[in-house]
Amino acid sequence: MHVTKGLKYSKDHEWVRVEGNVAYVGITNYAQLALGDIVFVELPKVGRLIKSGEVLGVVESVKAASDIYTPVSGKVVKVNEDLAEAPEEINSQPYESWIAAIELSDASELESLMDEEQYTHFCIKEG
Amino acid sequence: MKKTPLYDVHIKSGGKIIDFGGWALPVQYSSIIQEHQAVRNGVGLFDVSHMGEILITGENAPEYIDMLVTNDLSKMKDYQVMYSPLCYPDGGVVDDVLIYRFSGRKYLVVVNAVNIQKDFEWFRQHIQGDVQIRDLSDSYAQVAIQGPLAEKTLQKVAGDDLGKIGFYCFAPEMKIGGIDAMVSRTGYTGEDGFEIYVSPGEATRLWDLLLEAGKEHGIVPAGLGARDTLRFEAALPLYGHEISQDISPIEAGLSKFVKLHKQDFIGREVLAKQKEAGTSRKLVGFEMVDKGIPRSHYEIFSDDKRIGFVTSGSFSPSLGKNLGLALVDKDCSEEGTEFNVVVRDRPLKARVMRIPFYKKKYM
Repeated sequence: MHVTKGLKYSKDHEWVRVEGNVAYVGITNYAQLALGDIVFVELPKVGRLIKSGEVLGVVESVKAASDIYTPVSGKVVKVNEDLAEAPEEINSQPYESWIAAIELSDASELESLMDEEQYTHFCIKEG
Repeated sequence: MKKTPLYDVHIKSGGKIIDFGGWALPVQYSSIIQEHQAVRNGVGLFDVSHMGEILITGENAPEYIDMLVTNDLSKMKDYQVMYSPLCYPDGGVVDDVLIYRFSGRKYLVVVNAVNIQKDFEWFRQHIQGDVQIRDLSDSYAQVAIQGPLAEKTLQKVAGDDLGKIGFYCFAPEMKIGGIDAMVSRTGYTGEDGFEIYVSPGEATRLWDLLLEAGKEHGIVPAGLGARDTLRFEAALPLYGHEISQDISPIEAGLSKFVKLHKQDFIGREVLAKQKEAGTSRKLVGFEMVDKGIPRSHYEIFSDDKRIGFVTSGSFSPSLGKNLGLALVDKDCSEEGTEFNVVVRDRPLKARVMRIPFYKKKYM
């Protein structure tokens, strides 16, 4: 079960890596496996203010479009433009392929996210 | 969900099972794109056992079928296969089918899985003269082997020379690895290939045999996802998308399968008018100019006027672009015309291009 240490995870299968006051958000290996070949990523606009649980962007596989939800609130300060050219990187390197970087407005939100062990159990329960 | 005879095989191969019109079938095994490329460049194997088969026999079988189909049955020879839409009186499509002629008194009609009951009822309602119809869908398993290396692969285990089977022809009885089979040179991928019909009890053995025979050519099992991207690139119609109860074969660009100079058939009057006067809507192919993926039912606008909708859309693995098929006002159907496809409430620019998007490069 491919889950990486040191990240936080949401119930919608997003991962969060915090560097200082900025949270990098991507989707997990579980999510990319469920989606299949990813062929398009709709990135959020830089500067956008966002609240936890809102739709951050969209990831499209050959068969369907899937909303990505932000696990944290704040301001989008960077987006991963590489994904515009190579969306399939999310399939091959889900934990290196961050989608957006969000400047946190409320770091305490991180506490309600799962750690690696909790997420692993969560995935096993999901089936 | 209904299971085909190959269900257990799909599970064993790691197939991702989905509900396809009530059937449990794999959308993919490894990756839709990989399976698609395998068929385009080598050989792939599809379980199409969910398709329906209706046997039609009797002295009056030819006129009876010819009355229900838009194509010309009277021109068929034994062991030929014919593609044809079946229409309602108003020109809408009941289904599109393949008709296998064994003799002037025996035909096998292969129908879309989602329409089996509807089609059988339609056939039953219109019986006239000495005609018998039987739903044999449960008596057949069907496997499609498709790709430039399909013939080479199948020949390794085929009891006869496949070169003798021309395009849209079939061998009623051939041994494949000792298994009794009907083999036609038909398919739904835009590549060379064969569709093999066997009894359900032999399906697993046939499947394993073909995977073994194709190993040296890199054969892979391919799911519904690849089946759709392949047929889409070849601009082959999918019932419920390019043709339906509300879309006529003329609107869908299938005019060459509607023959007016044959006996009378259901829908003839309306279709003749459409052929003569043209239709107000036309099926076109388009490519996205702005970044985004068009999908079925997305609306299409030109300036502020709604001019049509997407019938099928997808990322195209062979062309590496996002493409679509759409039914639009005939004034917006010229190659090069630009219009907007609404994707998640945003209008994205697209441009009409010629179809098919993909044509196989060898013959």
